[in-house]
Amino acid sequence: MIRKIVLPGTVIGDAKDKLPGKGTFKEGDKIYSSRLGILEEKGKYLNVIPLSGVYDPSVGDTVIGVVEEVYKNAWIIDINAPYPALLSPEESPWKVEYGETSKYLKTGDVIIAIVSYINEAKNIEVSMKGRPCRKIDDGIIIEVQPSKVPRIIGKNASMLNILKKHTGCWIFVGQNGRIWIKGEDEKVNLLIKAIRKIEKEAHTFGLTERIIKMLGG
Amino acid sequence: MLMKDGLRIDGRKPDELRKIKIEAGVLYRADGSCYLEWGGNKIMAAVYGPREALPRHIQDPTKALVNARYNMASFSVEERKRPGPDRRSTEISKVTSEALENVIFTELFPRATIDVCIEVLDAEAGTRCAGITAAAVALADAGIPMRDIPVACAAGKVDGMVVLDLTSEEDKEGEADLPIAIAPRTEEILLMQMDGHLTYQEFEEALELAIKGCKQIAKLQKEALMKKYESFEEE
Repeated sequence: MIRKIVLPGTVIGDAKDKLPGKGTFKEGDKIYSSRLGILEEKGKYLNVIPLSGVYDPSVGDTVIGVVEEVYKNAWIIDINAPYPALLSPEESPWKVEYGETSKYLKTGDVIIAIVSYINEAKNIEVSMKGRPCRKIDDGIIIEVQPSKVPRIIGKNASMLNILKKHTGCWIFVGQNGRIWIKGEDEKVNLLIKAIRKIEKEAHTFGLTERIIKMLGG
Repeated sequence: MLMKDGLRIDGRKPDELRKIKIEAGVLYRADGSCYLEWGGNKIMAAVYGPREALPRHIQDPTKALVNARYNMASFSVEERKRPGPDRRSTEISKVTSEALENVIFTELFPRATIDVCIEVLDAEAGTRCAGITAAAVALADAGIPMRDIPVACAAGKVDGMVVLDLTSEEDKEGEADLPIAIAPRTEEILLMQMDGHLTYQEFEEALELAIKGCKQIAKLQKEALMKKYESFEEE
């Protein structure tokens, strides 16, 4: 069985009794989908959950970033969005003297950070204060399509718990589509295969059962 | 010469399209892609982005740029084409960018760019229409917010008769060629060019015919996109 897939420009409802939510727009007295995705009704709102597309950052997202550039008193972080993000020393967990930023993070280092600020011009700032922010020194990072992240986590992290339980690996999923994995080589390979399967079949029903079967549970 | 018993040289009726095959999501590394066969045309379209526009001075702080690049392969025509951009492909790139820009919600991605690459692998008249049609499918596949999926088709005049979707002989020997691109839902015109001469009545007739053709192709575009997500239903 397939969930209802809508395309850009498809009529999805009447503006009289519904409100346009995410991934939709209103024209006249009709609501249309603006992108390729799955239709979802949430109260009065009609949303379209995208099936593809780049990561669209929002405040509060936990992301895995790569240090792109080091300045005297700031780092530029690539968070897999169309725009780079800024990390200032005040928002880092260390006490950084002016000009000593490279002692703590160098170009190419990987961190877990939280998106703390976005403005209209899409200037983005991230913070490393609090849990689960840290620098990542081991394990591997894989990239998936950001639109498939909710499916990899599942409802109340159900899918994530299955993956953890059956492989015994340490997994951390960033909202921007980067996943940090740590564990035995064999298990990691199996886990990556499972994640790729979820990514490919994200819009189908009964995926959880298929993943359990695949992981030999 | 080009018309016989009301049929054209390739046996089509005046209002009949050439055979069209569309496949979405064929390239792994692009954000969205499409392969299209339209008569003798073979076209590959890829979409990248929205991504940061570089160098920074080309960025627009209010909206995203739409940057289409139309390119013909050197082996796409009978006589080898000198590779690289020329006057013709620069013009087609520009009109395609403008046609696509009108349906994309560019204001959602300030300072970014959406790059569309259209590669013509094999050409047989009507490549700009085929290019826009393929680019539209690739854009939808890339998850870019749009008001509608644009679609393009040409009409023209051959042997004094208004016909749909010209072949290369009809394009060369015929009297006029009218490629248009529309947003099928509202019939808003996104691109219109004309080569040759038409009377006012003939123009109206050709436009109506081209819009009808566009709507048929729009159905095929939608089917192609839906097919990509239905293919592993049985597992």
